[in-house]
Amino acid sequence: MADNFKFNVDGRELQAKPGTLLIDACRAAGIEVPAFCYYPGLSLQAACRMCLVEIEKTPKLQTACTTPVAEGMIVRTSTPIVVDARRAMLELLLANHPLDCPVCDKGGECELQDMVFRYGAAESRFREEKRHVDEQQWSPVVYYDAPRCILCYRCVRVCGEGMDVWALGVVNRGARSEIAPNHGDHLDCEECGMCIDICPVGALTSGAYRYRARPWEIKYVSTICTHCGDGCKTTLSVRNGKILRGNNRDHSGINGEFLCIKGRYGYDFIENPNRIRTPLIRKDGKLVEASWEQAIQTIAAKWKEILHRRETGTQEAQAFGVIGSNHTTNEENYILQKFARTVLKTNNIDHHRTVDYAALIRAIANAIAKPVGDSAARPASDFLARSKDLSIASAVLVIGGNPTDQHPLLAWNIREGCRLNGTRLYVINSRRIPLARKTFRFLPIAEGGEQNALEFLRGERDAEKRLQGATPGGREVTAEFLNDFRDKLGQEKDLIVLFEAALSGECVAQLVEWGSRLPGRTRFIAQGDYSNSRGAADMGLLPNALPGYASVEDNDARLRFENAWSTTVPAEPGMPLHDMLAAAAQGKLESLYVIGANPLKGWDTAASLGGCFVVVQDLFLTETALVADVVLPAASAYEKSGTVTNTCGELQKLSKGMEVMGTRADLDIFSRLAGALGVTQAPLKSEEVLEEIRKLVSGYGVPLVNIVAGGAELVAPLDGFQPVSATHTANVKSSRDTLFTSGTLGRYSSSLQAVPERTTRTEPDPA
Amino acid sequence: MPSQPSEHEVRVLSRRFGLPNSASIDTYLANDGYRALEKALKEMTPDSILEELKVSNLRGRGGAGFPTGMKWSFVPRQSPKPKYIVCNADESEPGTCKDRLLMEYDPHQLIEGILIAGIVVGSHQGYIYVRGEYRYLIDILDRALEEAYARGYLGKNILGSGFDFDLYTHTGAGAYECGEESALLESLEGKRGIPRIRPPFPAVAGLYASPTVLNNVETFSSVPPIIVNGGKWYAELGTPRNGGTRLFVLSGHVKRPGVYELPMGTPLRKLIYDVGGGIIGDKKLKAVIPGGSSTPVLTADAIDTPLDFDSVAKAGSMLGSGAVIVMHEDTCIVRAALRIMQFYAHESCGWCIPCREGTNWLKKTLTRFHSGGGREEDIGLIEDLAKNMLGRTFCPLGDAAAMPTIAFVQKFRNEFEMHLAGQPCPFEKHGQLVGA
Repeated sequence: MADNFKFNVDGRELQAKPGTLLIDACRAAGIEVPAFCYYPGLSLQAACRMCLVEIEKTPKLQTACTTPVAEGMIVRTSTPIVVDARRAMLELLLANHPLDCPVCDKGGECELQDMVFRYGAAESRFREEKRHVDEQQWSPVVYYDAPRCILCYRCVRVCGEGMDVWALGVVNRGARSEIAPNHGDHLDCEECGMCIDICPVGALTSGAYRYRARPWEIKYVSTICTHCGDGCKTTLSVRNGKILRGNNRDHSGINGEFLCIKGRYGYDFIENPNRIRTPLIRKDGKLVEASWEQAIQTIAAKWKEILHRRETGTQEAQAFGVIGSNHTTNEENYILQKFARTVLKTNNIDHHRTVDYAALIRAIANAIAKPVGDSAARPASDFLARSKDLSIASAVLVIGGNPTDQHPLLAWNIREGCRLNGTRLYVINSRRIPLARKTFRFLPIAEGGEQNALEFLRGERDAEKRLQGATPGGREVTAEFLNDFRDKLGQEKDLIVLFEAALSGECVAQLVEWGSRLPGRTRFIAQGDYSNSRGAADMGLLPNALPGYASVEDNDARLRFENAWSTTVPAEPGMPLHDMLAAAAQGKLESLYVIGANPLKGWDTAASLGGCFVVVQDLFLTETALVADVVLPAASAYEKSGTVTNTCGELQKLSKGMEVMGTRADLDIFSRLAGALGVTQAPLKSEEVLEEIRKLVSGYGVPLVNIVAGGAELVAPLDGFQPVSATHTANVKSSRDTLFTSGTLGRYSSSLQAVPERTTRTEPDPA
Repeated sequence: MPSQPSEHEVRVLSRRFGLPNSASIDTYLANDGYRALEKALKEMTPDSILEELKVSNLRGRGGAGFPTGMKWSFVPRQSPKPKYIVCNADESEPGTCKDRLLMEYDPHQLIEGILIAGIVVGSHQGYIYVRGEYRYLIDILDRALEEAYARGYLGKNILGSGFDFDLYTHTGAGAYECGEESALLESLEGKRGIPRIRPPFPAVAGLYASPTVLNNVETFSSVPPIIVNGGKWYAELGTPRNGGTRLFVLSGHVKRPGVYELPMGTPLRKLIYDVGGGIIGDKKLKAVIPGGSSTPVLTADAIDTPLDFDSVAKAGSMLGSGAVIVMHEDTCIVRAALRIMQFYAHESCGWCIPCREGTNWLKKTLTRFHSGGGREEDIGLIEDLAKNMLGRTFCPLGDAAAMPTIAFVQKFRNEFEMHLAGQPCPFEKHGQLVGA
């Protein structure tokens, strides 16, 4: 690498790598150079002229945003000429700016206000009539007020370069220039709201937030989005106990500046009028409102009876089945499985598995235990990638799925890598997913051909032959193309492989085995659907695995937990989710406890679950809740604290934004149920549960400093017992959410329901 | 029609103007046409052509006056990408209409100049970007291209030399900004006509990010005579460092406005009084804009300035596009400033803040000022706003608007003060500015 350049700014000797922009070098040294249009990571504009500085030996002021540092350069950023130029620019900007700050959403957090405060003149010399055009609504969530727009083109670039959507452009000329949406008077886009977030002024405002609050009345709560598995940090704007806005305030999360529609607006299900706010008990076939005390006692009475029957050996059917959630916290999931295993004495516990994390962890453990050839054992970090690694890896391989829809942050990071760091993207897909536009190599496969593609990667001749031929889009896949595809992948130094539910069980083992034989480093990301899908698996919401994928059949593993919990754990693996439902339908299950899940969606509910005593703990009256005997109103992720683990394994902290009257956090409900069943237990605190998790669960003994401060730690459940795979991998199924759906929660989010474009952008034809 | 020739003219580029069917290839061939191309292909090397150009002291006729030979030598000889020749025919500077005549009456001379540029830098493809308002010229140019292809001066294996060259026309849509070279390239690529960040310059990364020679119509048209007659001959037509002749566009309050080809360094007085026949009504000269509306105005006492790049610069202005706009004693300078600012406010592309906002603010203030609503402090404000734009805009359009404004205020402050009586313009009853 070339030596650093030495140069002088305002009398200070600085150094920076060749190619560094002067504005970045100055800012890194704490020297303020103001700018509107300059935005790190986006293309250069030099349009706002705020970053003009004096450079010795150049006659005119230069824009620091387009000038690379040079050896011996002498720069001045605060001479009278520079100060004058900034003041002049702001005076010009304000000439036609409406100055409606008192009613502008941005007032109080506006970059133009801040700049004028810092660099501007106290008075304007503009005496003419201001230009005015009417405000436009581009979508239910995006409004544009052209007179406020300073034309920094950040929105155009973040939409085009960052999102690869290109829904915004500039129309008209000169002073009449304005930003315009792609469909004349409205937007056809991903509705991510990045344009609103990145707007330095109040030109682009959010339909969900406009005219609702002043920024200084707001308390900001940083938490983790509860929708997809990527775990973006979202900052909730809370006033008087109400969440008014979700945005990305300090860019400090794993998602940097990124948020999608769900992270930005999707919190709004919490106040949906259909939210359950009182426990419900079935009386004479109907669910009627009840007090918490009545509901808990009803459940406890029934469960005590079942437990008693089992102790006295008068019971043939299975006693309990427990179905956990992809949204509840690690602490709740941990306590739930502990409750199931130690109080209900059953391993019949599962959740909707959206990807086979267990297989991945087991495969990695095997690869670490048996290194290829003579090479030394690799650490877990050589197999697991963090989400941000996608932006810097030399190559990314996406097998199946559609990250743009299902993993917006991962897709954003992949695009960033392709755009800024030369990441080579390989895509194997039966559809021309949006990411295909960024690919270095795109391998079209038949619908459902992911396993075949894996066999091809592993060198199987027959699989290779099956991939050859013309695709429906007319692209010819030849033997040369396939060989080149595999060869190029094999030459990558740092590859990250993304897969989803299409590869599970033994396929995941084969994938990891293939990857570990490549000469470069190969890391993996399993793409699960929801905010704590990974946490649900890690915490042992699995019929055959204790937390950390320790087998219930492994005596040592079981003993470790039994000692810690001072009780016994059943050694028989339990029933997976679909077996539990089948057992209930056949009358072979006495009670089913469903937490934050809706397994009956799509079922014929009238006939199902028979006489089984069903307890559902959820936010809404889902298809499953409608057939329950007792329904308990639960708090959502925005209404409690705890931790969640994203699909890459990054552990982060939830913070409570508000409360919804009548609901209780799941952890609190478990605690009350246990108490009612006679298990003496003090009310559980999530911090204390986390301590127990850190002591007992493989991989979770990570330092808390970062997490408490709002950061993330990668957990790799690979430092405990030999991990066990999940059973019944056929049950691993993606929910196929799109950008505009999010399982049950999405159905109750008015923003997600309101956006006009609610279909995926995937083109079916891999042309 | 081209203007009536003047006895003072030295007709090099315009020598075929006025011939019957001057735009046809037959007329062109009968009058030394494509001799330069033949010479360049058969007798010269790229280096020897460049040498002739450097000796000729030919400087870009678009306005900036950059030495042409040097510009062409910046194009890398070896390039993995194709190289392009682009002709800037987006002639939009108010007061300027010389390129129009070169294209209308002698299109083959332009084609030949472009071909020679192609030979020098090893390019095989070129575009003539014609301003939208010159739509009728497209037909003339396309006919000329057709003729040149038919006679083997364009296309494959030109004159049996093995050299291939394809040339196309392309129209703008009516934007002054697209005369700025990088905005022209954006527009030519089919994008919004906004300027690019430079460096890289077009010689390195121009059209489609490939090495590109980009010159004005008159510059390319000057090349064939230089090749035929030699650089030294051409240089001696002008003054030192300002080789050759150029087409001056004389407009405003003169008796014989028109386009005249004169040697570089011709004194302003000669142009106005001898070539142009003097001021209309034999009135007193008040001011002259020497190089198109963007150049600072000169007062009557600069009448003896020789019209070459360096001398006009010394007098505090620029030779620019060679468009000389003459204003007599009845002209309202405030109105002239307003008219010019109306143009720039209309043409500002809007990309950067100072130009977008500055030109409009100035237009509004000058409008109010001229109509009698001016205040003492507005005079300083007008000058200050223009100064705040100067040198701080993204591209030279902001400077083009600022420079004349500053000059008007500084050199004719008294006329601004005459507007402070709260009355409409004191000059209004006498007549209006012609030609600007």
